[in-house]
Amino acid sequence: MTADQRADDDDPDRFYVVGSGRSPQDSPTGFDLVTLVVARTEPRPAMPPEQVVILRLCGSPLSVAELSAYLRLPAGLVSVLLADLLDDHLIEVRAPVPVAALPDLSLLEAVINGLQRL
Amino acid sequence: MDFSGSEPAGPQEADLLPASVSAAVKIVVVGGFGVGKTTLVGSVSEIRPLTTEETMTQAGVGVDDPAGVELKTATTVAMDFGRITISDQLVLYVFGTPGQERFWFLWNGLFEGALGAVVLVDTRRLEGSFDVLGRLEDRGVPFVVATNTFPDSPDHPVEEIRAALDLPPEVPIVACDARTRESSRDVLMALMRYLYALAAQPVG
Repeated sequence: MTADQRADDDDPDRFYVVGSGRSPQDSPTGFDLVTLVVARTEPRPAMPPEQVVILRLCGSPLSVAELSAYLRLPAGLVSVLLADLLDDHLIEVRAPVPVAALPDLSLLEAVINGLQRL
Repeated sequence: MDFSGSEPAGPQEADLLPASVSAAVKIVVVGGFGVGKTTLVGSVSEIRPLTTEETMTQAGVGVDDPAGVELKTATTVAMDFGRITISDQLVLYVFGTPGQERFWFLWNGLFEGALGAVVLVDTRRLEGSFDVLGRLEDRGVPFVVATNTFPDSPDHPVEEIRAALDLPPEVPIVACDARTRESSRDVLMALMRYLYALAAQPVG
């Protein structure tokens, strides 16, 4: 498809326009659904519009899943966009707590205490 | 979406996470359609539940094809999720995901790093949960079973449900009303306490 061809919202082709022809499967990015993203900079006018939107949304920490929801894009594609921003040092990422076969006791205690306050 | 058009709605001011939050953890709620996953997620979430989507491409199709071909056969699956701020540093995400086998492709990224799972079941349709329980056991994901109470649910003793689902004695089974926050919170607590007991066990 050509660059100026408008894709319908449900047309997977649009993902290729935004993601510059890469699919998430081509490039595992290491982003999890709950990786937290924080902008390191204000958006600049010369940036691609999708980068501007992401930087605006990530003024406070936001998970990949939340970004995917607000952008209405698949999480895999959001990860591809974030990988570019990370390469350019425009965002900071906070990786999920690593969980081995079983989580750490102090982590579980923290979650139990947090839930008790709900 | 069209990035050059209107801005997407972002989080409400009240929904912003503190800047100090440094890490996140996740729990997965698995269950069949209509069993109440979305209700449970919505009950415990501090934000209006959101929906993330993931695309599935046909396995093995289009590997050598020019870019763009394989995604034309992609299917999109939506997952609802909610969020609970645990402390100034830690946030918990709760994802609901369909249990049917055709959605298992979602599980790789979803369960990686997850603390554990809640299998939400409808006691009127227990047979719908067999596959999902087996799959979780195969993957080594610790889980609890929560029975969502519907107005016309038969009143099954826990041990009857355990036998029907062929669950080992240590796996907790809790009854819940997914519509209420306390009850849904207690389901997550049951999972956390179970994980704690497992993690506190002496190895070997």
